[in-house]
Amino acid sequence: MTAELPFERPLADLRRKIEELKKFGEEKQIDFSEEIARLEERYRQMEEELYGNLGAAQILQLARHHQRPTSLDYIERIFTDFIELHGDRLFADDLAIVGGIARLDGIPVTVVGHQRGKDTKDNIRRYFGSPHPEGFRKALRLMRQADKFRRPIITFIDTKGAYPGDTAEMRGQSEAIARNLMEMSSFGVPIVCVVIGEGGSGGALALGVGNRVLMLENAIYSVISPNGAASILWKDASKADQAAEYMKITAADLKAFGIVDEVVPEPMGGAHRNPDEQAAAVKDAVWRHLQELLGMTPEELIEDRFRKFRAIGRFTEAQPEQTAECADYAE
Amino acid sequence: MFKDLFQKRKYATIPPERLRAERPKREIPEGLMIRCPKCGNIHLGKELEKNLKVCPSCDHHFRLTVRERVAITMDDGRLRELDAHLESVDPIEFPGYREKLEQQKRKTGLREAVVTGEGTIGGYPVVAGILSFDFFTGSMGSVVGEKVTRAIERAMERGWPLIIFSASGGARMQESIFSLMQMAKTSAALAKFHERRGLFISVLTDPTLGGVSASFATLADYIIAEPGATFGFAGRIVIEQTIRQKLPDEFQTAEFNLQHGQLDKVVHRKEMKAFLAKLLEMHASVYGHAPAAAEGETAVPADHEDREASGEPAIAAAEQAPETSGKADAGAGDDPVPAAVTSGAETGKGGSSDDR
Repeated sequence: MTAELPFERPLADLRRKIEELKKFGEEKQIDFSEEIARLEERYRQMEEELYGNLGAAQILQLARHHQRPTSLDYIERIFTDFIELHGDRLFADDLAIVGGIARLDGIPVTVVGHQRGKDTKDNIRRYFGSPHPEGFRKALRLMRQADKFRRPIITFIDTKGAYPGDTAEMRGQSEAIARNLMEMSSFGVPIVCVVIGEGGSGGALALGVGNRVLMLENAIYSVISPNGAASILWKDASKADQAAEYMKITAADLKAFGIVDEVVPEPMGGAHRNPDEQAAAVKDAVWRHLQELLGMTPEELIEDRFRKFRAIGRFTEAQPEQTAECADYAE
Repeated sequence: MFKDLFQKRKYATIPPERLRAERPKREIPEGLMIRCPKCGNIHLGKELEKNLKVCPSCDHHFRLTVRERVAITMDDGRLRELDAHLESVDPIEFPGYREKLEQQKRKTGLREAVVTGEGTIGGYPVVAGILSFDFFTGSMGSVVGEKVTRAIERAMERGWPLIIFSASGGARMQESIFSLMQMAKTSAALAKFHERRGLFISVLTDPTLGGVSASFATLADYIIAEPGATFGFAGRIVIEQTIRQKLPDEFQTAEFNLQHGQLDKVVHRKEMKAFLAKLLEMHASVYGHAPAAAEGETAVPADHEDREASGEPAIAAAEQAPETSGKADAGAGDDPVPAAVTSGAETGKGGSSDDR
């Protein structure tokens, strides 16, 4: 049984009513099959209405659902022979990022992902999936290794953001993220990234410079967490829902912007309702994109990735005449 | 009158309130007297300007405008601006963004939060970028990302060093995902730049945070900072809330970062230009041009050699970039510039004739 979110309550209430009626009918030997069928039909309608028209705020709740499958859930379902590798060789092993080598349909690949905890204890040792510099550097080490051995790289993105702590700063959080962005852009192997939950800011992007960027239907990807945006905009972090709507952070938005290459559909109600089905859909999408990329040379892969990110940005270029007078900065 | 000036009592009653940190910025343009937010001493505005906006009492470095930075850094205070015509749109229709942009333009006289251009420092031709904290807290949206990327590509095309003075609160929230992706774009351009052995000097000024510090600002060959400049990824308040502790005053200052191995050197504003010139001089053999080269023809063959020797990928980068951004190429953008500033064009002509 999955835990219901507040916006799912009407649906859950109806489900309970149906179950009660069934039980009551059985106990009292009364035939309610017609009523039950009617209610089931209504349930299906409600379900479609509810999940077919989710707003950004509700999607945000699904993306953050504590039962939502994590990187390790996908890794164990999608790959075989996974060998987890540890440490950045510089400071520590950051458990907010997991990675290693594995096979995808027989092909050796490197897989890296953010890792949230499954419970409070697990979350504490994984810093709730928010990496320190050593996490990004572990990821980089594994990706460099993939580049050396010409293995494709698959990344899973699922983090609120890089860990905002004093020790992270002292060890160069900025530099660690920046270096990943720069080096990921120059690896001569296929890189497929999948945003599976919350894609939060630079900490997410540090695993996100891929030839293909896929996104689950109810995942989000944003420059700042909606809570952070709300506290900056209205000095009130509780208005995150409204900020989420303003910021266009859903998979559908990002697909429309041309930033995400494919939206991977989720089972009705979200990935946590059926992790196996979800993993199969992710595997199918990753595999399709990978096959397109496997035919490319290292140079073509680098160029393909560069072009993808080089082209992102929206602006206007005014008529040069209008700017001539402020062109000179001579004092 | 003089008596008043020497009344100790008045000095003693001014506490170094943190709240005042915001004020000098606004007072500087018209303010006769300026109070230093660090030591609380009051100085004549003109005197402070003569001192490069460094507090004579405590060495606090006030923030500079782009114009001021150009004046004290570039030879003859000249920068031939590139891509001046790029302006922000409202890519995700964020409520209030257009109005805020207009307001920032009026306030600063700038079109966006970065000015890029060509000029010389100590006679050495460079491509320079200067971020303005005054404009939208120096935040990086599509235009800042595009201008920085084009500056990187221009430096690559010219075979000139790149120097960027950063000052930014981070990514521009109002452009959401487009803003985030500028981090990847600028970093990818720098990957090509470094592959071609380009020289990039990053100067961190107060403050350099978030998306700017976690992309191009830290991907330099040399990272230097002005004294006291705040530099980090997350902001102080967010960190204090996370660790539930008060951070020491010196946390995230340039000196603190130096101590923790995050930058190469802290350089006083008065010595900055000479220091940059010296760094450029020490790489002159790599670039194949002495200062004299900036004035005339000698730079041209050197540039040609650079470009041809290093092979196709980099050239492809320079040519492709404008194509993918879907607009007039970077070169066409500055056509009006030499016309408008003939005098400025002489200073750093360099190899500009070879690509037309």
